[in-house]
Amino acid sequence: MNKEQTTLDHINTDVLVIGGGNAALTAAITARELGANVLVLESSPVEVRGGNSRHTRNIRYIHDAANSFLTGPYLEEECYNDLLMVTKGNTTEHMARLVIRGSHNVGDWMMAHGCRFQPAMRGTLHLSRTNAFFRGGGKALINAYHETCRRLGVQVMYDTEALDLEISNGNCTAVRARGPQKEYLIRPRAVVLASGGYQGNSAWLREAWGPTAENFLIRGTPYDKGAMLKAMMEKGAKTIGDPTQGHCVAIDGRAPKFDGGICTRLDCVPFGIVLNKKGQRFYNEGEEFWPKRYAIWGRLVAGQPDQIGYVFIDSKSINLFMPSVFPPLESDTVGGLAEQMGLDPAVVEETVRVFNASTKPGNFNSNELDGLATEGLDPPKTNWARPIDTPPYYGYTLRPGITFTYLSLVINEKGQVVQTNDAPFGNIFAAGEITSGNVLGQGYMAGFGMTIGTVFGRLAGKEAATCLGN
Amino acid sequence: MSWELKRKQQDAVLQEANRVMGICNACRYCEGICALFPAMEMRRTFTAGDLNYLANLCHNCRGCYYCCQYAPPHEFQLNFPQAMSALRAQTYEQTAPGFLKKLFPNNAFYVFAVSLLATVLLTAFALCAKGASVFFASHTGPGSFYQIIPYGAMLLIFCLAALFTVVALIRGVIAFWKISDGKLQWLDLAAHKQAIRDVLTLKYLDGGGDGCNYPDNQFSMIRRKFHHATFYGFLLCLASTTVAFIMDHGFGWPAPYGFFSLPVLLGTAGGLGLVVGTGGMLWLKTVMDARPADPASIGMDMAFSTLLFLVSLSGLLLLVLRSTELMGLLLCVHLGLVLGLFLTMPCGKFVHVVFRYAALVRNAHEQRTGQV
Repeated sequence: MNKEQTTLDHINTDVLVIGGGNAALTAAITARELGANVLVLESSPVEVRGGNSRHTRNIRYIHDAANSFLTGPYLEEECYNDLLMVTKGNTTEHMARLVIRGSHNVGDWMMAHGCRFQPAMRGTLHLSRTNAFFRGGGKALINAYHETCRRLGVQVMYDTEALDLEISNGNCTAVRARGPQKEYLIRPRAVVLASGGYQGNSAWLREAWGPTAENFLIRGTPYDKGAMLKAMMEKGAKTIGDPTQGHCVAIDGRAPKFDGGICTRLDCVPFGIVLNKKGQRFYNEGEEFWPKRYAIWGRLVAGQPDQIGYVFIDSKSINLFMPSVFPPLESDTVGGLAEQMGLDPAVVEETVRVFNASTKPGNFNSNELDGLATEGLDPPKTNWARPIDTPPYYGYTLRPGITFTYLSLVINEKGQVVQTNDAPFGNIFAAGEITSGNVLGQGYMAGFGMTIGTVFGRLAGKEAATCLGN
Repeated sequence: MSWELKRKQQDAVLQEANRVMGICNACRYCEGICALFPAMEMRRTFTAGDLNYLANLCHNCRGCYYCCQYAPPHEFQLNFPQAMSALRAQTYEQTAPGFLKKLFPNNAFYVFAVSLLATVLLTAFALCAKGASVFFASHTGPGSFYQIIPYGAMLLIFCLAALFTVVALIRGVIAFWKISDGKLQWLDLAAHKQAIRDVLTLKYLDGGGDGCNYPDNQFSMIRRKFHHATFYGFLLCLASTTVAFIMDHGFGWPAPYGFFSLPVLLGTAGGLGLVVGTGGMLWLKTVMDARPADPASIGMDMAFSTLLFLVSLSGLLLLVLRSTELMGLLLCVHLGLVLGLFLTMPCGKFVHVVFRYAALVRNAHEQRTGQV
């Protein structure tokens, strides 16, 4: 035995869950309820536990009827069609259907394990039928699941990061982990990988996107470094998904590098125009309602010089959208606002003039696709196109904000991680964002990350506990 | 402290409240927790008046702290209950009449000093008026309390104290209405009905069904229960005193009354409620997770609970020992503490009773009409 090994603390457990978000805790609870001893490795300190789940707010799941917090039925085919629409067909049908079917009435299971729902309120009414909202948001859900874990006797180690796995004959025999004081060698009988995407790993992002990745903001936890994803790739796991694909939205350019969460979103795009660094428009701002488009704007902004966009609105529109956490820049002239934003005032004034000249009179209605479109403008603005002419003018910057990456481990219908030769690893399961690419090839559908986490989490927990008997 | 420095400090408290409210209004995950967040969502920007009002709508249940994705150690350092507590305490101080403002910093010291002084003076007065032999003798039968403190003095002292308290509290709530930019919402009878229901059920300590987060992040009904015991205990004692006042001064049936008389039954139930309620609240304050609390407000909170606890405990002791030689001393201690309570009510934690009610009326009106 060498010197390094003697300093390791040895731990034996039935099921080792790596990760501390929704998928991880769901798997841990499920496995524990089936009688397994469960150890959870949460890489973050207790105060910021829960990975990206603590920034979430709702889950999409199918249900046959309305209840006190969902306004009507939502069935498999509708959900699948919604998924096809956002992913433009870039999904794996049998896995997508596995998630959707598995989500049937999953809110009941969640409530039985401490989750509390509330009806959708102002600003989220368009999701009130399909998505169930956690009272207090995702951190409240994570707190509730931790309370359930405590009650059931699931052991949780905080500040403890899994470093590597030892695999022999397609089975995981040990996991090396580092805690705040020491390192551990954990010998589990089954492992659930629920450690998220790799968006917190800036080197890996640069590798995938090139230097532009420097300008991306990470909306969620900085602890998702993709260590388990990388380790499994090195050990012959099969992956699915384009490394540059992910849940990527346009957010306030002044947001913090990590963990900005929901309050950095900007809903003003449909009511104004968006320019790039050169002072030019580059996409139809009024294509659809913002909740249906915010997930494409991250990539749109990422494709512009210096990965930045500039929204211009005027005082007619300032109260039409959810307030933003950072106050807008403000000026009495378009040129003055452009100057504050570091843009060429003359170019911006010309862009606004051309845009204004192409707008037509008509009835503006922010609550519907009002068809108030520009004429003879490229790119056009097909709804809510009012001239920007009423000072004061307001401006925001936009940056791409990555929620999570889709590059994933392929899993089978038992939640087992699949090897490049298509045989599954015997006792290695995965759930959550690290498996999102099995369902999401591109695009995003509100609340579906939590669906993937909950359904695959329950599946992985159940199969991990079941495989102990073999 | 100079006027200018004080002003700066007050601005900083308001600014912090405004900062956290701006983050919350962009997030809104807490809208299902209490009345404050839906009230916040009716506004886009916040005047000092809005903030003063919203801070007093906060029941300090701390649900928002434990589910906040921006709470420390997040770089936004969002500590909503703390910001609201600090601003609430500031509204109490700001609305107090001139010289009473000075009693808010170091509130615990003043509450303690005033109550002690009242007790000592009352005891000294009784001793001088009647002499030690009477003071330390046992007295029984109707009017025996007046053997210790003469009828006229008792009536005068407590009527003046009660008058002072009522006037100061009314003055305070009017001042609160002004600094929170209140308009004619208080004329809305339906809003009063709703607010009374909210108060009587302590609706906003139920966390939507699971309770609030005391002493730590687990949901619990314990604070609601202790607060209810305190609240209803207080009301019962008030009723007891009122009934006794009418019996004595209206019908000429002086205290003490029998164990099964209406005032004693009401007072005993109320006193027990207060002892349990305030004792429980004090215990919660000492064991609670201190992170969401405003450190500057804890002294004021503890002083008020402690005084109420001592008032009710001394009242119960007086009841049990009233036929012994200790009656004189216990009567003076109890009445001295009651006097201290009356005198410090308008310049301490008790103010929250009237301000919270006013905020709940305004909230009920806003929610009913959809107008801020």
